[in-house]
Amino acid sequence: MTTPSQVLTLKIDGQDVTGRADETILQVARENGIHIPTLCFLDSLSPLGACRLCLVEIKGSPRLFAACVTYIAEGMEVLTKSDRLNKYRRMIVELLFAERNHICSICVANGHCDLQDLAREMGVTYVDFPYRYPRLGVDASHERFGLDHNRCVLCMRCVRVCGEVEGAHTWDVAGRGIEAHVSADLDFPWGDSDTCTSCGKCVQVCPTGALFKKGVAAAEMVKHRSFLVRLTAMREEAE
Amino acid sequence: MTKLKLATVWLDGCSGCHMSFLDIDERLLELVEKVDIVYSPLVDFKAFPDAVDITLVEGAVSNQDDLEKIKKVRAHTRLLVALGDCAVTANVPSMRNPFGVDQVVKRAYEENVTLQPQLPTQAVPPLLKRVRPVHDIVTVDVHLPGCPPSADAIFAALVALVEGRTPDVAALTRFGA
Amino acid sequence: MTPEELEKIAAKEEQARAHIPHTIDVCLGTTCMALQSDKLKTALEQEATRHPVGSKCQVRGVGCPGLCALGPLVTVKPEGDLYKQVKPEDAHDIVNSLGAEPVARLKCDTEQPFFKRQHKIVLENSGSIDPERLEDYIAAGGYTALLKCVTEMTPAEVIDEVVRSGLRGRGGAGFPAGLKWRTVAKAAGPRKFVVCNGDEGDPGAFMDRSVMESDPHRVLEGMAIAAYAVGASEGYLYVRAEYPLAVKRLKQAINQARAHGLLGANIGGTAFTFRVEVRLGAGAFVCGEETALMASIEGKRGNPRPRPPFPAESGLWQLPTLINNVETYANIPTILRQGADWFAGIGTSKSKGTKVFALTGRVHNTGLIEVPMGITLREIIFDIGGGIPDGRVFKAVQTGGPSGGCIPEEYLDMAVDYESLASVGSIMGSGGMIVIDDTSSMVDVAKYFIEFCKSESCGKCVPCRVGTAQMHTLLELIASGEGTRHDLERLEALCDMVKSTSLCGLGQNAPNPVISTLRYFRDEYESRLAG
Repeated sequence: MTTPSQVLTLKIDGQDVTGRADETILQVARENGIHIPTLCFLDSLSPLGACRLCLVEIKGSPRLFAACVTYIAEGMEVLTKSDRLNKYRRMIVELLFAERNHICSICVANGHCDLQDLAREMGVTYVDFPYRYPRLGVDASHERFGLDHNRCVLCMRCVRVCGEVEGAHTWDVAGRGIEAHVSADLDFPWGDSDTCTSCGKCVQVCPTGALFKKGVAAAEMVKHRSFLVRLTAMREEAE
Repeated sequence: MTKLKLATVWLDGCSGCHMSFLDIDERLLELVEKVDIVYSPLVDFKAFPDAVDITLVEGAVSNQDDLEKIKKVRAHTRLLVALGDCAVTANVPSMRNPFGVDQVVKRAYEENVTLQPQLPTQAVPPLLKRVRPVHDIVTVDVHLPGCPPSADAIFAALVALVEGRTPDVAALTRFGA
Repeated sequence: MTPEELEKIAAKEEQARAHIPHTIDVCLGTTCMALQSDKLKTALEQEATRHPVGSKCQVRGVGCPGLCALGPLVTVKPEGDLYKQVKPEDAHDIVNSLGAEPVARLKCDTEQPFFKRQHKIVLENSGSIDPERLEDYIAAGGYTALLKCVTEMTPAEVIDEVVRSGLRGRGGAGFPAGLKWRTVAKAAGPRKFVVCNGDEGDPGAFMDRSVMESDPHRVLEGMAIAAYAVGASEGYLYVRAEYPLAVKRLKQAINQARAHGLLGANIGGTAFTFRVEVRLGAGAFVCGEETALMASIEGKRGNPRPRPPFPAESGLWQLPTLINNVETYANIPTILRQGADWFAGIGTSKSKGTKVFALTGRVHNTGLIEVPMGITLREIIFDIGGGIPDGRVFKAVQTGGPSGGCIPEEYLDMAVDYESLASVGSIMGSGGMIVIDDTSSMVDVAKYFIEFCKSESCGKCVPCRVGTAQMHTLLELIASGEGTRHDLERLEALCDMVKSTSLCGLGQNAPNPVISTLRYFRDEYESRLAG
């Protein structure tokens, strides 16, 4: 029987590594300087396993596993890079670009965007799927912040930080499938939300220019996320 | 050694990519030792030549003229380079796509016009239903994103192509760069 | 209630029936109800009061006898005559015929393969008992298995019996039921749940609906036995709200069973307690996926989550949870009553027992059938189903709903079980079986199913949310004749990617209809390509 604190040994990309039984493949990989691409994952938020970029191969299984939600096991052999994984990751990034209207050149987050960085990392220099061009709105009803649905990738970081860290649970997802979108309260304009504390955490954790501070121009929306790990650490200390 | 033939084409874009191309500055001299610029909005040839080695295409495919032009260019080009975000992703010109042509044309020629608002019937080529990236119409050999791609990126990519290598585009530029 | 009391109810019911020389059973399943069988029942009742012969007969509402294509269906007992397409105007003739010659114009041949080739376990009571009366179920042997389990068997013995029977999950994947039960039984913790997945959502599928409508107590008994075996005392029946009749009958059945001590505290006079509640699904297909279903029961948005942890270990409110499908539970009482060996003697080496299919599409006898595993597709479609109508030609049969695939003519003689269907690119699924003839284009069939998955995707993971939407776009392009070879290549790349990377079964199986039609009917795609 493994206990959470038990130390296990495994191989990631051929490298011998060790980790605690309650650590995920992603955690152990990062501790050992092995990079696995992620998008919905953010340290200190509950892992979601939704973007599927961190999928890895585990020897002995034909299935792929999301590194952010898969716990390590003794003797496990993990492969974080392969032609197959690269192909899928590229396609995931392409699908995200094709899904909504990501016009990078005029985006507030241009140059400070996780999606752009991923495209570069995956070597995505063009999108080989039909762009969908949905007609989506911009919610500018909040006094200090804006939400541009055209640039949202539905990573749910805002939903999680609002519910788990701020405790307000203003954000959630409404609609289904390709029609899904983040919504404030019961799909109200953000500015009318009774629950929003205007703390701005969602803006900072948003990977793209979907959530932004009002008044910033193209390429000016730099996101600051160090607060999240600090805040969580301080809360843990206080407990 | 015979020089390679280089062309540049301007579809629906702001010409920023061509400006960035010119920003290669004195390295243009290095370049023209290896290539002849046989067609470009920047030079005086009126017709697209028969056999071009490398063509840089700036801009998205937005109207009937663009469509015909890019097909012709592709037919006479060995290596087609989509230069900049408009050619690669349709970028800013594609922002009309969610709205549809009719609404966009009305907005431009009627709603926002105070003097003789009317829809154009001649001289303006008919708009396509959707603005499309170049690779949506013809095969593209190299995509060089950026708005615009930097002069360094364009130069490095051109040098690689002239030397018969595939440029490492992801290391040179990105969407929106 | 003790086993003896149960016997008394059964005996009393038999006695009461002995005084009624004739019964007229009217199907009150959804299909016949849609053809106004409820009005027919009223007409028969009125007619019975008017005629001297009628005073000797009882008109009952029963569940579905299966041949939906010819509804409303009426069965006259003890003669055993089945009448088809009966209208209220026919009530007079039917009542008058009792004890005399049957009504020839309405007679449906019960010797035809549709009836003779079936083997009914799950549906054994469907169409012959009144689903709204507990006594009817008890008279048919109902609840004896539950009382036998709780009074004579240990939970481990019950599980052994289910393991030995070889029963596999009927929801689609075919995971061995006994193994799942054993895992939940072994899970630590004083509080566990038993969940029944009645969120049947495949287009063209109505197996579970019919079981819940026609024999609701059977499902409850199966759940109670499962609860006893795994050590749970609480259960949820998750049924989609689009099945109002099933919901009504289940709720009624729960109340009846509770009133008779067959559910609730101290079942069979033992310490075993099992409370069960009906929870309604709002019609999202993804809520048939077990983790999404549990999120929905908990009152959350019905999104799936990655597994592991599996529900057996961490399910409802993070507690160990057994989740099986309606048909799986419906098999349980009979297995415990007749024994694991009897059950294991039916079917093939790896797939035991029977399977209920909803036979639909371009086939004569559309309806609900139950057949032994190992029967061939040809027997199902051409013998039981009666073949393709209007002189058309068979092209393919779609099994497993949106997660399944299309099987062409060359495999019609294959024996149906979990493995064989998977080997030809389809799945058993929950039991939808749609027959397609030569008038349909397979590109359109694939497009239909992808459109379904696209609109039913929850939107949580990227491959399913955007991938299915892009597949739909590409299929529309190809279907319209504007698609290129490159579009077809992209479509195939997406099939592989969505299948390999999606978070839950919905996305992982969504490409199957496209993959299987590409495998067997590629020329139909190619011929539509532009240029």
